[in-house]
Order: sequence, then C-alpha cells, then structure tokens
Amino acid sequence: MDIVFYISSVVAVAGTLMVVTRTNAVHALLYLIVSLLAIAVIFFALGAPFVAALEVIVYAGAIMVLFVFVIMMLNLGPHAARQERAWLRPETWVGPTILGLVLLGELIYLVTLPIPAAGAAGSVSPKEVGIALFGPYLVGVELASMLLLAGLVGANHLGRRQDDGPGEGGRA
Amino acid sequence: MLTVPLGHVLVLAAVLFGLGLIAVLVRRNIIFILMGIEIMLNAAGVAFVAAAWRWHQADGQVMFFFILAMAAAEVSVGLALVLRLYHRFKTLDADAADTMRG
Amino acid sequence: MLKALWLVPALPLAGFLALVIGARMPRKAGAWIGVGSVGAAMVVALMVAVRFVAAPPPGHAFTQVLWQWARVGDFEPRVALYLDPLAVIMMAVVTVVGFLIHLYSARFMQGQEGYNRFFACMNLFVASMLILVLADNLLLLYLGWEGVGLCSYLLIGFWYKDPVNARAAIKAFVVTRVGDAAMAVGLLLLFVSLGTLEIQAVMQKASDQWPAGSGMAIAAAALLLGGAVGKSAQLPLQTWLPDAMAGPTPVSALIHAATMVTAGVYLIARTHVLFALAPPVQLAVAVIGAVTLLLAGFSALTQWDIKRVLAYSTISQIGYMFLALGVGAWGAAIFHFMTHAFFKSLLFLGAGVVILAMDDEHDMFKMGGLRRKMPLVFWTFLIGACSLAAVPLATAGFYSKDLILYDAWASEQGGLWLWAAGVVGAFVTALYTFRMVFLTFFGRLKTEPRIAAGAAMGVPLAILAFFAVAAGFVELPETLGDLHVFSDFVKPALPAAEVAHGATSVEAALQLVAGAASLLGILAAWWLFLLRPAMVEGMVGKRLGAAVHRFWCAGWGFDWLYGRLFVKPLVGLARINKADFIDFFYGGIAAMSEWLHRALRLTQTGRVRWYAAGVAFGAVVALAIVELL
Repeated sequence: MDIVFYISSVVAVAGTLMVVTRTNAVHALLYLIVSLLAIAVIFFALGAPFVAALEVIVYAGAIMVLFVFVIMMLNLGPHAARQERAWLRPETWVGPTILGLVLLGELIYLVTLPIPAAGAAGSVSPKEVGIALFGPYLVGVELASMLLLAGLVGANHLGRRQDDGPGEGGRA
Repeated sequence: MLTVPLGHVLVLAAVLFGLGLIAVLVRRNIIFILMGIEIMLNAAGVAFVAAAWRWHQADGQVMFFFILAMAAAEVSVGLALVLRLYHRFKTLDADAADTMRG
Repeated sequence: MLKALWLVPALPLAGFLALVIGARMPRKAGAWIGVGSVGAAMVVALMVAVRFVAAPPPGHAFTQVLWQWARVGDFEPRVALYLDPLAVIMMAVVTVVGFLIHLYSARFMQGQEGYNRFFACMNLFVASMLILVLADNLLLLYLGWEGVGLCSYLLIGFWYKDPVNARAAIKAFVVTRVGDAAMAVGLLLLFVSLGTLEIQAVMQKASDQWPAGSGMAIAAAALLLGGAVGKSAQLPLQTWLPDAMAGPTPVSALIHAATMVTAGVYLIARTHVLFALAPPVQLAVAVIGAVTLLLAGFSALTQWDIKRVLAYSTISQIGYMFLALGVGAWGAAIFHFMTHAFFKSLLFLGAGVVILAMDDEHDMFKMGGLRRKMPLVFWTFLIGACSLAAVPLATAGFYSKDLILYDAWASEQGGLWLWAAGVVGAFVTALYTFRMVFLTFFGRLKTEPRIAAGAAMGVPLAILAFFAVAAGFVELPETLGDLHVFSDFVKPALPAAEVAHGATSVEAALQLVAGAASLLGILAAWWLFLLRPAMVEGMVGKRLGAAVHRFWCAGWGFDWLYGRLFVKPLVGLARINKADFIDFFYGGIAAMSEWLHRALRLTQTGRVRWYAAGVAFGAVVALAIVELL
C-alpha cells in the first residue's frame, strides 16, 4: 500500500505544479481535478473512504465544476491567454517562491520533530465518522448547514443581472 | 496497512500548501487566485485526515468535512463576486481593484 | 470707647461691600454710602482718639483682638488692632483727610461714568489703609499693604478705556510689586528667625537676640526698606508716581499724596527698632531720602503738567520724611507726614478744581490769571503752597520741615551733608511751588474758567487750608515757643531723636537759614517766572539748558534706564520664545504621527495579492519565532 501512497503523492504534486504554471484557465482547472483525484486516492490509502468519496463528489465534482461554469460564462477569448503569459514573467516568481520555500522549510522542520508514541494507526470507518458528526459535533454540522444557506443566498443575490445594485457606478 | 510515517504525509500537505500559496501570490487572474486558495484548503484537509489516521480518531475527518462545507460556500460566493468584478472593471486583473489604496 | 476701634476699618469696608453688591444704585445713594461710611469712620476715629488722649490706656497701647486668623504649626496670626500714639495720629489723618476728599469727589466725579465703582474702590482703599495702620502684626499689615496697592491700581486705571491709563496703572503695580516682593522676603526672614510676626513682639525679640549691626538685622531692615521704597516712590522705585497722575484728581490727592505713599514711612516708623539695630540701613534710608528729595525737586522745576509738579513734589517731601527717619527723628517724620497730608491734598484738590474749570487742561502754560476769577481756590491754593514752601512762622510746613532740618544737623546719625541737602531742597521746593502758583494764577488770563467751586468742593478746601496753617502749632521749637505737644504725645511709641551736637543758638541759626532758603526760593520764583519769564525761556532755549531741562523733565532718565535694563530684554526674550520651544515636543509628536501614518500608508496598496503576501510573511515570522524559542 505504501507504494500507492507515494505514487499518488507524486501525481498530486505534479498536477498542482501544472495548475500553478498554466496560462489557460480551463487547462489549469483540469490539472487541478487530476490533483484532487490523486489526493482522493491518498485519502483512501489513509483509511478514510468516506472522506475520499466526499473529495471526489464535492470537491472535484461540484466546486471545480462551478469554476468551469464561471469561466465559460465569462467567455474570455484568446487575448486572455496572452495576457496571462504577459503577467507571468519570471521575475514575478522570485519573491513568492522564496517565501513559499521558507514556509515549506519551517513546516517540514516542524513535522519532523519527534512525536510521542501512540497507539497503532488505523483506518477510521464511515460509521465512526457519522457517529462523531451526529454526536459531539452536532452543533458544527448545523452551523455548516447554515453557512451553506448563507452562501446560497449570497451567491443568488450577487449573481443577479437585471440592475447594477448598490455599490456599482461611481466610487467604490 | 499503510506504514508510511506520519511525517511524510504531512510533508506532502506542506508541499501542496506551499504551492497553493505561491499560486495566490504570483497569479494576477482572480480565477487562479481562487484556485490557489482551494489548493491550500485541500492541503489543510490532507493534514487533518492524516492526523485522524494516525491517532485513530474520527475528529480529523469531521474537520475535513467542515472544511469542505466551508470551501463550497466560499467558492460559490467568491465566484459570484468575480462575476460582479468582471462586470465592473471589465477585466479579471486582481490588481485592477485597488480603489481601497491610500 | 476704645472697644469701638474695630468700627474704624469696618465701616468703609461695609461701604465697599454695599457699593459692590448694589452697584446699580442711583448716584445720590452711592455718594451717600461712599462719603457717609468714611465720615462715620472719621467720627468714630476722632472719638477714639479723644478718649485715648484724655485717658490713655496702660502702656499707652491698646490691643483689640478680633479673631484668630489661622493656626499652622507654630504660626498663629490673629486679626488684631493695635492702638498707640503713632496709630492714633495715622488713623486720624487718614480718616479726616479721607472724608474731606470723599466729600470733594462727590461733586468732582459727578459727570463721570462709573460713579459707584469709584466710591467702592475709594472705600476699599480707606479700609485697607486703616487696616495697614492699625495692624497688630506684620501679616495683617501686609494685607493692608497689598489692599492699598490693589486699590491704587484700580483707581489709577479708573478710566480704563484709555490704554495710557491702563499702562500707568500696570506700571505702578509692577514697580511697587518689586518692593512688595522684597518686603515679603523680609517678613519671611523675620518669622523664621524670630518665630512671630506681631510687631511689638518682633521688636522686643530683635533687640534681645540681635546685636546692633548684626547681619540678620541688616538683612531684615534692608528688605523692609525695599518694600517701603517701592510703596513710597523713593529712589530707585520712584518712576511710577508721576505716571500715576493719570487717575482722577481725588485719587491723586488721597492715595498718591496723603496716605498710600506714606505707608512706607509708617512701616519704617513702626519697626524703628529694627532699623535702629541696623545702622548701615538707617544711613541708607537717610541718603535715599536726601538724594530723592533733590532729584524730585529739580524734576518738579521743569514740568508743565500741574499734577506732575505735585507728584514730584510728593516724592520730594517723602524724601524729607525718609531723611528724618534716617537720622533717627521718628517723631519729626510723622509730624511732617501729618502736615504734608494736609497741604498736599489741599494743593491737589485745588488743582483739580482748576483742571475742571479749564475743561480738563493740565498744562500750566495754558493757564494764567485765575486769581481773580476763582478766589476761593486761589487763596486756599496759596495757603497750601506757602505751607509746602515752608514759609517761616506762619505755616505748618515750616515747623515740620524745620524740625527735620534741625534733626538732620543735630542728631547723632545726621551731619552737614544731609542738612545741606535738606536746605537746598527747601530752596528748590519754594522755587517750583511758586513757579506753579505764578504760572497758574498770575499773569495774563489765557483761558476763561468754566465753573466755580461749589460748597462740596469749597468746604474741604477751606478746612484743609485751616489745617495747613494750624496743624503746625502743636510742635514749636525751643526758640519759638517750646511747645512739644506732638512729640510728647508720640514719645511712648516713637523715641525722640538723639541730639548730638545742637544747642539753642545753633537751632536759631539753622532756623534762620531754613527760613531764608524758603523765602529766597519764593523771591527767585517771582523774579524768574513773573518778572522775567523771557530769561527763563532763553536759558531753556540754549543747547545745554535744553538738554538739562529735558533730562530733569524726564525724571533724570530713570524710565529710559529701566526700559533699557529690564523692559527691553524681557520683551525681547518673550519675542524669541514666542515659538515656544516646549511646543516642539507636542508639535514633534504630532509630526511623528503624521510621518508614521504616511509611511504606513504605503503598505495599503489596495491589492489583494499584496495583502496575502503580508499574511504569509507574518505566518512565516510567527513560525520562525516558535521554532527558534
């Protein structure tokens, strides 16, 4: 099983790298979906099938599809790719890359610190997750549903077309 | 059973997180920035699930569940805002929306 | 009867309060309260004085304790009044002259606005002056001292709408303040070393504890002298009195001739034991007196404003009193104070009528020939002038001035130079006095007088004229009658001067010289100013004469000197510090905040990625801190 993990992680990292460097938005999205799928495999290998399924269905299936919808709706055209290329000059990479590498270094240092011994690692079944969700984390679940409702209402309101709404036309 | 040391999984999560951060900082297109945010969220989720596996508890997966719900809500509202932004500034350049400067 | 002593200062004080609270009362009521309160005080004072003379209390001193003022540790001042012969004389003179002047000003100030305010201030002044002379301890005396200073300021600047008057009032206050500060230090010194401020106790303890000529005695006496010099307008603090003539004439008469300016003389007489214990300071008193009387006399010779002549004359006559104090002739000084109060206030009141009649004209050269038009004023003014010039035998001024001159020669601390200064001063006094008389009342009529003095103004003039002649006859020298009513009366309070080298024959000779000086002065004035005015104009016209004239007219350049020494540097410093350097602190803080704001502003680019980078950077730093610690 270990090998599965390592291969999937390589795929995930490579996919994410491609996402970051593409100029075409749709291409980047597709690479992102690949990356997410690889991560779903990793979840499965980590003994979390429920989460793996959620990752595929919700993350790769719904959220990324949302992205695709919006990009289609925007209907950008070829000049968008040219613009992206213009924006992605090498010198813009320097600062963020250094920052990212420093952060990475710190995080790696932190995670490689010795941790206290614990019991055996193991998979967690969906049943346990369900019991946890409807047990101690019930309030969180309800809050999450309210959050989704808020998101729904907000997106509906913001996405309207007919009038410009407040905050448009003039100073921001 | 998986015998990968926890450190490796967390390193993976860290790498993904770093890549997502770079994406947010480098790209000027708002869509790409949002994608970078999604990558970072996902990386955090990996770390949580790894912890759940390591300690044999459901809490990590519950956390991932919440992250997921939050990401969904955030993306829907965010993309709606992107549409409004495009409508207003006629471009997807994040740097164009800098009227709050000064 | 003596128990009614507290009424004497209380009645004018009540008058002041009534006039302040009821400031809008009609003028007639204001006049009745203002004049009436001082009149009532005069009646009580005279009754007390009569009782004191007829049946003197034990030790010739009566103390009336009113209440305990404060109790702070060892310091327990009380509000108490002390009556001894000196205080009786002062009280009588202040109330009588005060009442006459109040009566006069009821008519004099009739056309002016602020009528009730005038009487309020005058009443407060009389109350303060009475507190000053009746005070049992130096703290209460200082209260009266400050009170008269305040009233002087208020009354000099009575017509406050003219900035000249306001400046004169401030000048008077500030210059006397210098003296007051010295006096306050002196009081502190006395309290710290002797433990009490009650006057009699102070003098007793000082003579017990301090040997003659000791440093403490000299310091204390010198500081008190500083205060006296300020209030009495002697060298070097005499510059305020001529400018104080900006106030109404009754004010000049009461405050700056008869009473307040003599407070310094009173102070020195009261604490004479201290001064006797400090011979150098006493010599300084005499020298200051002598120099001032000459300085002021020459200045008076050149003035054209009738009130300024009288102001310089006051400075000069107080110089005589200081001269007397300096040679140990305490009684003579108070005698001269008494006669001076009468004839100087008479002269001022007469001048006031003249000024009013000339439609507010002060310049003597624009007056002339008034003796036929204003006979009452002329004759009373003439009597006053004769008293001032010390016309021999007939006037009070002669007897008091002669006594001073004799003591200046004969007493132990006296000598030839002091006496000579006095005699020259007498000549100059007669000269400028009759210059004033001749210019104003004789010669050609230049301006037609408007009004004549009514009864309210005429009666005080007449009464004062009577006293200007009669008040001298209570003290006749040995050669002329040997009457010592006055000096016998004050002897319990003020010891007589020690006569070192004097005999009856010497006394007669000195009297002849003094009388001759005064008569010569009158003669010279008649010749120079009536007979040959052209000669005087010729002298003044020449370059040297004009320079001397200007110098004397400007009070021997003291105003210029003080302006250069004190006023200019202070004003310059104020101008330099106008941009107060302390403001740099506060301005600097504000400027720094602004700079910080501008610097931080640069971080607000409005760009999302920049903010995200900030967050990431912060996270990196936080993690680093966690890892490194």
